[in-house]
Amino acid sequence: MSILVNQDTRVICQGFTGKQGSFHSEQAIAYGTQMVGGVTPGKGGQTHLDLPVFNTVRDAVRQTGAQATMIYVPAAFAADSILEAADAGIEVIVCITEGIPVLDMLNVKAALRANGAKLIGPNCPGIITSGECKIGIMPGVIHQKGRIGIVSRSGTLTYEAVHQTTRLGLGQSTCVGIGGDPIKGLDFIDCLEMFEADPQTEAVILVGEIGGSREEAAAEYIRSHMKKPVAAYIAGRTAPKGKRMGHAGAIIAGGAGTADAKIRALEAAGVVVAQSPAGLGEAVQQALAKR
Amino acid sequence: MNLHEYQAKQILRSGNIITPRGIAAASAEAAAEAARELGGEAWVVKAQIHAGGRGKAGGVKVVKSLDDVRAMATSLLGRQLVTNQNAPDGQPVNQVLVEETLPIARELYLSLLVDRETERVAIVASASGGMDIEEVAHATPEKVLTETCDPLLGVQDFQCRALAFALELTGEAYKDFCRLLPQLYRVFISNDLSLLEINPLVVTADNRVLPLDCKMSIDDNALYRRRALAELRDDSQIDAKEAAANAANVNYVALTGNIGCMVNGAGLAMATMDLIQLEGGTPANFLDVGGGATPETVAQGFKIILLDPNVRAVLINIFGGIVRCDVIAEGIIQAVKEVGVKVPVIVRLEGTNAELGRKLLAESGLAILAAESLTHAAKLAVEKAQ
Repeated sequence: MSILVNQDTRVICQGFTGKQGSFHSEQAIAYGTQMVGGVTPGKGGQTHLDLPVFNTVRDAVRQTGAQATMIYVPAAFAADSILEAADAGIEVIVCITEGIPVLDMLNVKAALRANGAKLIGPNCPGIITSGECKIGIMPGVIHQKGRIGIVSRSGTLTYEAVHQTTRLGLGQSTCVGIGGDPIKGLDFIDCLEMFEADPQTEAVILVGEIGGSREEAAAEYIRSHMKKPVAAYIAGRTAPKGKRMGHAGAIIAGGAGTADAKIRALEAAGVVVAQSPAGLGEAVQQALAKR
Repeated sequence: MNLHEYQAKQILRSGNIITPRGIAAASAEAAAEAARELGGEAWVVKAQIHAGGRGKAGGVKVVKSLDDVRAMATSLLGRQLVTNQNAPDGQPVNQVLVEETLPIARELYLSLLVDRETERVAIVASASGGMDIEEVAHATPEKVLTETCDPLLGVQDFQCRALAFALELTGEAYKDFCRLLPQLYRVFISNDLSLLEINPLVVTADNRVLPLDCKMSIDDNALYRRRALAELRDDSQIDAKEAAANAANVNYVALTGNIGCMVNGAGLAMATMDLIQLEGGTPANFLDVGGGATPETVAQGFKIILLDPNVRAVLINIFGGIVRCDVIAEGIIQAVKEVGVKVPVIVRLEGTNAELGRKLLAESGLAILAAESLTHAAKLAVEKAQ
């Protein structure tokens, strides 16, 4: 078991024939992901990476039974690609694209609420179920099938968590990079809920950062709904107020969204919070031992 | 991207919103000429910088003669204005806005912004205008009114009425306000704003509602489709190093410490800053070269970091990911040679081919220290920067 995607998930790529789409589709295929085709408007009927290319997501779904998509189209067209995938009945939409205008995302979120499709991202590394299905830009080699579920707002910090859990022999069930934008698809709580229900996952690592209050909401959810142990790290303890730290969502505004407030909330919910990103593996070991 | 007040008010006017009459001027003579053209017996001269708190800092003043307009403009133009909301050395005043004065009865607060919690555009209003809204929200949260807009519907009349009643507006002011709000919403959407703040929104002695000040920020991600607005960028208002980083498409934030940081990924970059402080040092900057670091972005990063004379050591923290560490190592070596880096460089490489990358660095004959781990890297950097 795992969450959201597994070895049987049939995956397409939007922006399939582009540079990014091609490269990461090749990587996904090499990892063992069930890639069944891709979409590039105007190139329908062609073959790319030995897979069929379609003009529309509808065509791709009809002919391949695709259930998940990974989107590598430029920011100006990405919101439309998400909506197209949702309309075609894709269940898991992974949008890697960075730099989508925030007003576009407000519209997308409003539309998705009515549709029910699950969006991961945008501006995220994607999702991987270790040893089964890789949809995204993460390096597959550092992953190892195992017991830890990981949910993170940051790409390379996710890799740190993966790397450490692999080295400690814990491995991962599924890792979800939910992305650094303020308006995004799946959130911490959505993933925590799925990890709590997943038999393969024995403990969860949550990687958060400054800005917003979703870590605080996650802490409340953990306190009231979760039996599985959780470890966490929050980046940006020393970030100055009012300065945006790379991610559009990472900004301390009006004293809200500080790392300290998030760490306090998580600790109060029984979460083992690592002081340093180098301590994520040990933190989850501790959390497992406390159980 | 932020706009100046005079630019923001032009955008309001193009959305059919009535603002106080005003003219921007870049010289004392032009300011006096602007006042003459506006007519009347008193004017307000306002320093144009990308920061709030101008009034308290002496950047806004009402004057009653053309000579005083000239004198005020002379004292402001070309000067660094320091307020409680900008950097310690302030921002340069390159223009002043000369405006007509209005008889003010009340000062309100009004803003539109993207609210991440509700995932909607939120309208925030308060009867306590002219003050720092964050302080008002903290001290008296009941005085801050919020309406959020369904993106498919926009702001509705009932929401305008609810806010107008709560703000105790009557007669013409009530009508003005209910007309103004949908106009502001349209301006917000059609210009891809991330913030539109009017503080204060004034009720005049004759009971009309007007924006006395206006702060606008545009969503950087939408500038590709707002080319005319992108032209309004004013790099003089941001740190020179941050401007250089913008031009190179690198995420950089200048800080006050002495350890330059170059990291791939925003989260890891913040985490690296935190680690440096944990080890007793202070970061000189936040710099994210992007999740997929390449030799080119590494070279760019060095150039930007070394613009800061305070930097005593550089810490590079790269989680290789898709890009192999040996390729990154070669990029670092090349960049150190090319840019002529004089300070110690500490490198932590992890991911694919990390061992090989470390070996290349160690054998380069350059002053590059390959760290064994994240913690080791931070310790080394703090030690070398002392």
